[in-house]
Order: sequence, then C-alpha cells, then structure tokens
Amino acid sequence: MCPSLKMAFFLLSNIIVFTTSAQQNAMAGVKGGTYIPLYGIDSSTVTVTSFKMDVFPVTNKEFLNFVIKHPQWQRSNIKRLFSDGSYLANWEGDTSFGDLIQPNAPITNISWFAAKNYCECQGKRLPTVDEWEYAAMADETTADARRKESYNQKILDWYESPKTFKKEIGSTFKNYWGIYDLHGLVWEWTLDFNSVLISGESRKDVDKDSNLFCGSAAVGATDLMNYAAFMRYALRGSLKANYSMRNLGFRCVEPLNKNNKHLSR
Amino acid sequence: MMLKITYTAVLRTVLFSSMATLLFSCAEKDKKAYSNTSEIPAIQEMTAELTSPPYVPTPVGKRKAKKLIVDMEILEQEGEITNGVRYIYWTFGGTVPGSFIRTRVGDEVEFRLKNHPDNKLPHNIDLHAVTGPGGGAESSFVAPGREKVFSFKTLNPGLYVYHCATAPVGMHIANGMYGLILVEPEGGLPKVDKEYYIMQGDFYTKGANGQRGLQPFDMQKAVDEHADYVVFNGSVGALTGDKAITANVGETVRLFVGNGGPNLVSSFHVIGEIFDKVYVEGGDLINKNIQTTLIPAGGAAIVEFKVDVPGTLILVDHSIFRAFNKGALGMLKVEGEENKKIYSGEIREGIYLPEGPGIQTMPSTTEVAESEIPAKSMAEKMEFGKATYMQTCFACHLGEGQGIAEAFPPLANSDYLNDDVDRAIDIVLYGLTGEITVNGKNYNSVMTAQTLSDEEVANVLTYVYNSWGNSKKEVTPAMVKSRRNESIK
Repeated sequence: MCPSLKMAFFLLSNIIVFTTSAQQNAMAGVKGGTYIPLYGIDSSTVTVTSFKMDVFPVTNKEFLNFVIKHPQWQRSNIKRLFSDGSYLANWEGDTSFGDLIQPNAPITNISWFAAKNYCECQGKRLPTVDEWEYAAMADETTADARRKESYNQKILDWYESPKTFKKEIGSTFKNYWGIYDLHGLVWEWTLDFNSVLISGESRKDVDKDSNLFCGSAAVGATDLMNYAAFMRYALRGSLKANYSMRNLGFRCVEPLNKNNKHLSR
Repeated sequence: MMLKITYTAVLRTVLFSSMATLLFSCAEKDKKAYSNTSEIPAIQEMTAELTSPPYVPTPVGKRKAKKLIVDMEILEQEGEITNGVRYIYWTFGGTVPGSFIRTRVGDEVEFRLKNHPDNKLPHNIDLHAVTGPGGGAESSFVAPGREKVFSFKTLNPGLYVYHCATAPVGMHIANGMYGLILVEPEGGLPKVDKEYYIMQGDFYTKGANGQRGLQPFDMQKAVDEHADYVVFNGSVGALTGDKAITANVGETVRLFVGNGGPNLVSSFHVIGEIFDKVYVEGGDLINKNIQTTLIPAGGAAIVEFKVDVPGTLILVDHSIFRAFNKGALGMLKVEGEENKKIYSGEIREGIYLPEGPGIQTMPSTTEVAESEIPAKSMAEKMEFGKATYMQTCFACHLGEGQGIAEAFPPLANSDYLNDDVDRAIDIVLYGLTGEITVNGKNYNSVMTAQTLSDEEVANVLTYVYNSWGNSKKEVTPAMVKSRRNESIK
C-alpha cells in the first residue's frame, strides 16, 4: 500500500516541514479491559486488548507532509472511488492548505480511505469503534467516566458548539490515559465505522433486535451517557468511506504488541 | 332547395350538439373527482415557495397538482432565546420553527434536504404529511456537507408537523428542528384576509430562565420535562412589539398553529377573541365558537376568526404560567374603527368592599438570590434592566412603557414615576394596590410585589427612568437596600 521509503527519503531532503514535533507523534498506552458499549446488555460486553493511541489527532501540517510524500492522495490525484467531491476542499492547492487554515488544527475533509492509508504508512492503523470508545470514556481522572454527569454534559456541550474544527490540537483536556482531544475538536474516523447499523430512522433502530440497540435500554434512556454516545453512533451511521466532512478527522493506533498485526494488515 | 336547407340545418344541429358534447366532456374532465388521491396526476414542475415564520407562502388556489421541489437547508446556528440569553438552535432553513411548506393534495413533492458542511451532526426529516416508513426519515438521513433527495405524494389534506428524527430525537426537536407543512384540499382553503404561521416549542437550558450568556441544552431537564422557556416561534418576544402580527378591523385571520414540543401540550388561546372556526388537530373536522384549542406536541390546528374591534389581542398558551413567566406570549395588533356595540370599554367604576380593604401580597421568600453578574457600567445596567423588564414588567406595562389604558398605568413620560424615586422602589419591592393618578388619569388596580434582587430592582428602574422620556435617574442597589431596611424598621 505504501510506496517505497526511497521516495520518502528523496522528498525528505527537499521539504523542511516534514519534521513534525515529537510531541505530535507521541502515543499513549491504553490498558485493555472489558466494557459494555452503548446501552448494551450484560451479554454484549466487549474485551479490548491493550493498545497505543496517538495523543493528538492528525494535524493539517502532518497530513500535508503525507500528501507531499504520497502524491496519489493529493486532491487532484485521489481516485474517484476514494473520495467524494469535497476531499480537502478547503485547501488552497494540492500541496498547500493556505493561510486560513491553522497548521496545528486537526485535519478534516478527508475520506476514510485516506485516513486508513495515512495510518498504514506510519506502521499504524485506524482504531476500531470499540478501541476508540474505550479510550474516549475516560475523563481527566477516571478510565470510565461515563456515569459522571459533568463528563457527559461537557461532551454534549461540545456537540452543540459550532466550528470547533478550527481549534488547535491539545486545546481540550488530557484524559486518564494521557490522550487529548477525543472530545471537543472533531469527530474521528474509525476502522469499522460502518459496522454499526443505523438506518437513519433512529426510532426504528430502537426496535431492532441487536445487541447494540437493546430496545428497553434505549427507550428508557434517561441516562445521559447514552445520548452522547448515541450521537457518535448516529454520525458514524450517516457516513460512507468516500465521504469527507468538515468536522471529521482521525488519529491512529498501534497494538501494544507489534507482532499482533491481525488488524493492521 | 327546401331539402337543402333542411340538410344544412340538420348538419348545423349535429355539429352544434357534437361541439357541445365536446365542450361538456372537457368540463367534466376538469372536474373529475378522484376517488383515490394517489391517482391525481402531477403535471409540470414547480419550485416550492418557502417562508420564515410568521409568514406563509401564497395559497395554492385553483392550481393543479404538480411536481413540487422543496429545497431545505439545515443550519446549526446561534440565536437569542430572550434578551441576553443565547442558544445554539438547530434549524430547518435558519429559523425556528422551520420554513413553512405549502402544498396541495396530489402534489408529488421532491424533497432535497441539505446539511450545511459547518454543521456537526447528521440530521433527517420526518414529515407527518408523508405516507411511508419514518415519514421520510429513513430516506433523508444526511451527513454534514451532503444532500439527500426523496419524494412523496401528498395523499391527505391537512396541516402537518415535520421534525428531525435523528438520535437522540428529543434533543434534535428540543433544539428547534420542527416546522409545518400544509396540504390544501383541491381548490384550496377558503379565502381569508390574513394568514400567519405560529409554532410553540419548549426549551431546556442549563441555567434558569433569564440567566444570561450562552446556555447549553440541558438533557436532564428535558427528560424531567421541566421547561425553562415555552415560546412561540423560537424565542421570547418573537411575536411581540415590532414583531407582532397585524390585522385590520373586519378582516378574517387564519392562524396555522403548530406545536413542536418536544414535551408540552399547548392550550392555545387568544385573549380577547373567540375562534369562529377551528380545524381540529389540523384535519377535516371543523369546530365552531371555540375559546381554547388543545394542540398536542407533534400536532397542529388551523384557527380562524374575524377581528371586530381594534386593540391588541394576546396569543397565549393558557397553561398561563408558561405565557407570563416562560415566554409563550404573542400579539396580534388590530387597527381600525372602534365599535362600542361589540365592546364598550369601561363604563363606570365604583368601590366594592365586602370584607374591608386589604393589601394583596404574594407569598414570597424573603431571601432573593443576588444576580451572579453585577452590572459594571451604565450600558450594562440598561441592558440587564431591559432583560428584567421584558421578563417581569412587559406583560402589563408593554414594550414602550405605554401601559394599557384603564388598567395598567404608563411608565413612559410618567409624572407619578418621576415625582418620587423611593416610592417607585417601594412599589417594585412591595407592590401597590388602590387608586393612583398618573398623567391626569386614574388607575385602580393591583401590582404584586416582585421577587427581584436589589441589583435587579436597581437595573430595571434605571432602565425605566432612562427610557421613554423619563427623568434619567440612576437607581443603585444601595438605594434599593435602604428602602428594604426602611420597611424592616
């Protein structure tokens, strides 16, 4: 999938911006465990094995380096199959995002294909929905803060605030695992985003006899945690892999044990 | 010769009668009644006129069923729910309620739903006028920066609610994602002089009613059904003052009234009118001479009445605390000639004291929480004072302090007010009952004591004193405090 490193070295000599700070490339360990995803029932617990996750979402600057190195992901070169019309639509050109875009703001307007390839070129991969949700249920002090009202209200507030994609990475809180910006900047692509079946008719989904959409729990959803998560699942359900969205970015993960490559291909 | 004439005559007759038949059959074809509205053919294409509340598009009149293109854009944007209180609304077409859609039975509506790229969330639309799964919700689930197109045929005439049905449904509706779609019967609704679009909704904010700043949506209050605001057309005052709807004496007014909810049922009432006609729940059933009509959440009604006398009619949800304390209050200003036969105004006034005089007081807690943000400048005092005025004083003294003749004295250019500032403070603190003379006119009414903090009393009085030609006094919290202490002595 990734072109040879030779090419990369050739370009490296020409491009100064290639050097990204160590801070931005940093990863944080997330200790695996078992959790119950969105209003599931006891039988639907999911076990997540330990993994490392990017501390920050991928930035405009980092993605620019990527497309310089891999021209097939530039706006005018990307295969039609891998993007809709709005791929990097806010960029000034193929190899420049212009002055209006913060280099350190999260990259958005990218398709799932592009995000996936980016991670692969780093020897990483996109997180699964379960990994992402597992890491994101932490607040500053607790690994699973989903029962805290303050945590949920904060997330809901963000879902309502406009144009947060313009903020710089690291401008929200550092969570229990040492990871920033899982909530508060942009939505993030996940490897298996479309494995959750949301038809768009959420009330009908409630009746579906599936583990994720256990009717009784969803109907009686007085629990704020369900609402925040529900919105993420709804968003994922509305996407296709070739879509790009102004509020949707990504970050990568790496299995803790590098030999365990069953998902990273 | 003779024969020839006869022949011509016969020919003429035949021709004439066949022409008549032709004409007749044409007319008949026009009037063809379809036993099933799904069979009405939709000829030609037309782009639907969409309007922001309180206005409605042109009536369908006698137009034939058409392919009607509805272009609707979803916008998540900040607005003001009441003075100084901002809120992020999610809207169909940039307004709450969303744009009014006007169709006739048999139309084939091609619905193009666009989700603005700056939006955060996916949305969809469920139109109660649609016959089909989810009312269109299933086919219209659209991510930000995308457009979805689906079409439906309007089979049943009536006034219908539309709303977003994306998870969490309650939150999408609570943030303002609802509106009305009208399906007129063949030939249209009967003509009236004025038509308006009004929709009630309840709002749930983190801070209490009136708390300033950008207020986030409060899910827990929504679940508990504890509304902070109940309003017409998306905000307090959307239909009052300059924004009041208008009519002239003698005109017939038709209101398309919807209720988006998410939770509360509306007891829709117009103070000073009786509905001549109510299309109950927006359907075919017409009820006459109605005082208050119930509009369910996710439902609508059409009300019609002729306005006979001039004045301001007040539109309310007659669950009355919602009207005077949470914002469900609008105005219809009627201009024209008085008609003393229909309404005389006050004829005479006398004393009635069955149990001796007494002062009415409202039960109140003695401790009033101080406002969290004290005003730092005169401009802020005016701003905060106005906010308090609009919440507390506006219902009786009205937007320009003009009061209501014979009932509530004016605050504008008021000699009574300007004469004595301590008296004015006392009235706000403790209320006032009995006869007073303001600008040469007598008023005998009751004002209840107001539960406001010293800061709020100071701001609101400063606002009143510095508006509408008054004496420009500044009232400080210390002055208010000293009046409170005075009464304790």
